[in-house]
Amino acid sequence: MDFGLIIAIEILGSIAILVLISIGLAVVFGMMKVINMAHGEFIMLGGYVTIYGTNVAGLNIWFCILVLAPLVVGLIGILLEWLVVRHLYGRMIDTMLATWGISLAIVGLMTMLVGNTTTGISTPLPSVQVGSFSTSGHSFFLIALAVVIIVGLAALFKLTTFGLMARATTQNADMVAKLGGNPRRIYALTFGLGAALAGLGGAALAPVTGVIPTIGVSYIAKAFITVISGGGTVIAGNIAASTLFGTISQAFTYWYTPIIGEVALLVSAVILIRILPKGITGRFFKKAI
Amino acid sequence: MTISRRTLLGSAAAAAALFQAPRAFAAGDPIVISSIYDLSGGLDVYGKPVGDMMEFAVAEQNAKGGLLGREIILKSYDAQSNNQLYAQYAKQTALSDKPAAVFAGITSSSREVVRPIFKKTNTLYFYTTQYEGGVCDRNHFSTGVTPAQTVQKLVNHSVKTAGKKVYIVAADYNYGQITSDWVKKFTLDNGGEVLDVEFFPLDVTDFGSSISKIQAANPDFVYSALVGGAHMSFYRQWKAAGMLGKIPLSSTTFAGGNEHIALPPEEYNGHLVCQNYLQELPSERNQQFVAAFHKKFGEDYPYITELSMGAYQAFLLWAAAVEQAGTIDRMPVIEALETGISVDAPSGKVTVDPATHHTIVDVHVAEARDRKLNLIEKFEQQPPADTAAVCDLIKNPDDNQQYVIEL
Repeated sequence: MDFGLIIAIEILGSIAILVLISIGLAVVFGMMKVINMAHGEFIMLGGYVTIYGTNVAGLNIWFCILVLAPLVVGLIGILLEWLVVRHLYGRMIDTMLATWGISLAIVGLMTMLVGNTTTGISTPLPSVQVGSFSTSGHSFFLIALAVVIIVGLAALFKLTTFGLMARATTQNADMVAKLGGNPRRIYALTFGLGAALAGLGGAALAPVTGVIPTIGVSYIAKAFITVISGGGTVIAGNIAASTLFGTISQAFTYWYTPIIGEVALLVSAVILIRILPKGITGRFFKKAI
Repeated sequence: MTISRRTLLGSAAAAAALFQAPRAFAAGDPIVISSIYDLSGGLDVYGKPVGDMMEFAVAEQNAKGGLLGREIILKSYDAQSNNQLYAQYAKQTALSDKPAAVFAGITSSSREVVRPIFKKTNTLYFYTTQYEGGVCDRNHFSTGVTPAQTVQKLVNHSVKTAGKKVYIVAADYNYGQITSDWVKKFTLDNGGEVLDVEFFPLDVTDFGSSISKIQAANPDFVYSALVGGAHMSFYRQWKAAGMLGKIPLSSTTFAGGNEHIALPPEEYNGHLVCQNYLQELPSERNQQFVAAFHKKFGEDYPYITELSMGAYQAFLLWAAAVEQAGTIDRMPVIEALETGISVDAPSGKVTVDPATHHTIVDVHVAEARDRKLNLIEKFEQQPPADTAAVCDLIKNPDDNQQYVIEL
């Protein structure tokens, strides 16, 4: 019974991690059709902002994770959109190449600044006792944060003027411009939002994994798989894909080994894309956001 | 003859270089040696200290007047935690630098990439990292410790102090797999029981589910052969799950990558390790060495790791062999090393075992606490018994393979 509960918590935690690393990419890809290869580096930057904010500047860790990291990385995102990405809208391959270049540059820059060594920070949360087992309290924080992000994003897109404009811009940017909207600004803010979410994810994960300038690589593949498998709708697709892959990889990790868990995740993604080329929401939940 | 500005500048520079040539060295061309280590990338936690140590060792020898009156030049290559680069640089250095000796390789997989290349090009090769044992190759000398020297001592100690049931977590490549087999063997030798073994690819960072599995198995102690920066998360998550202090942990890799410096002490205090070298060793030789090293690299140097000491010892042995042979030619140096040459190193006496081309060294069981490795028990002059059981280069000098433990 306790073991079942602990497995359930681990599976939820794994789903939450997938949501946290991929939701920023989903927003940028889903709303703007920009494939942001520097997404992993935004995650990495979020981790570094948290670690340096806490260890060096002496700020409160929760302030760093929840406010400072998304703010800083979001601003970096807006800056990069203004400098590079905005010139390349509609040219998917060129954007990929440019953002890949950005990714390499950020990795190089961070390696120069902080060195190529893993640094980390401990979670301030105590461990949680579940029957005879104990698990990290940080898992619960990750799960709660993922839920809050999903609900917050849904509210943002459904209830605010910005959300309405963003969704309209996704469908027809010219029409929005003709009706007096400003698609340029919408794109810049959406890219910034995606970057901020990546930064938030990286900040929340820093106490679990530690950070190294090259850590983005280990997130980006999973983030892409989740987003592509999720399909065109940002939130519903992300929840569906994260739940599916998180459950599969954790279940196989328990029954067999972590290696089989990774393999199972990739195999299921291949099969899924073969059956549903447009992702899960290409067939189901089409009306969702 | 017209003299352009460019040729004039060139010859002026050449002339200046000529006058500045070091005069401490009597005669002869410099001796070139090469090192290939992971100075960047995920394995740099191991490689960078080794790179620093090679620099230190060469500078120290040159300050003493070099070798055979010749200056030593170190060609250093950064393999960037990438085995393809190991292959590329190994060929490059063997063919173009023609070094007197090469010191290379952090992981066992990288060693198996470069070892055949140096064998083929007749380049004397030193592998200086602790590893799973069993390499039998006359062109190769291994100055790192092997399982019979460290794993056995640590398993014995842990079974005695913690209990007989062990759960093994290890990195998923030849080092982790063969080492975990040795842990199994030594546990069974002690009448113990291995509850489970789990392998993790080098880039795994999420250990939550495995930690739950360990709790379900409820071992008396956990044995870790985890490797690299990503796996450092295991120790952090172990603490976050409230396991530190509940189930003791022993490891022959913890601290090898300065885990005890990178992690805050409250995340690892009490983990047991077993190493050839500890920076804290009280001997006078070591105290002097640490002082000299800190003079070059600063008092705040994180920690002089066992891996870097392996490289230092390899360099000392090679230098002693060159002095004894009176030449840097490969075969005379190998034969000099095979006389069972020994040096007085900071870790204690280090002797080459002629039959295996491994080393006989002191090993130390220690407890990691507050950024220090505190000595618990010392085992003097341990032979590489694992490799010695299968490898005899005196009888079979042409042997060339890595023997693997059979359970």
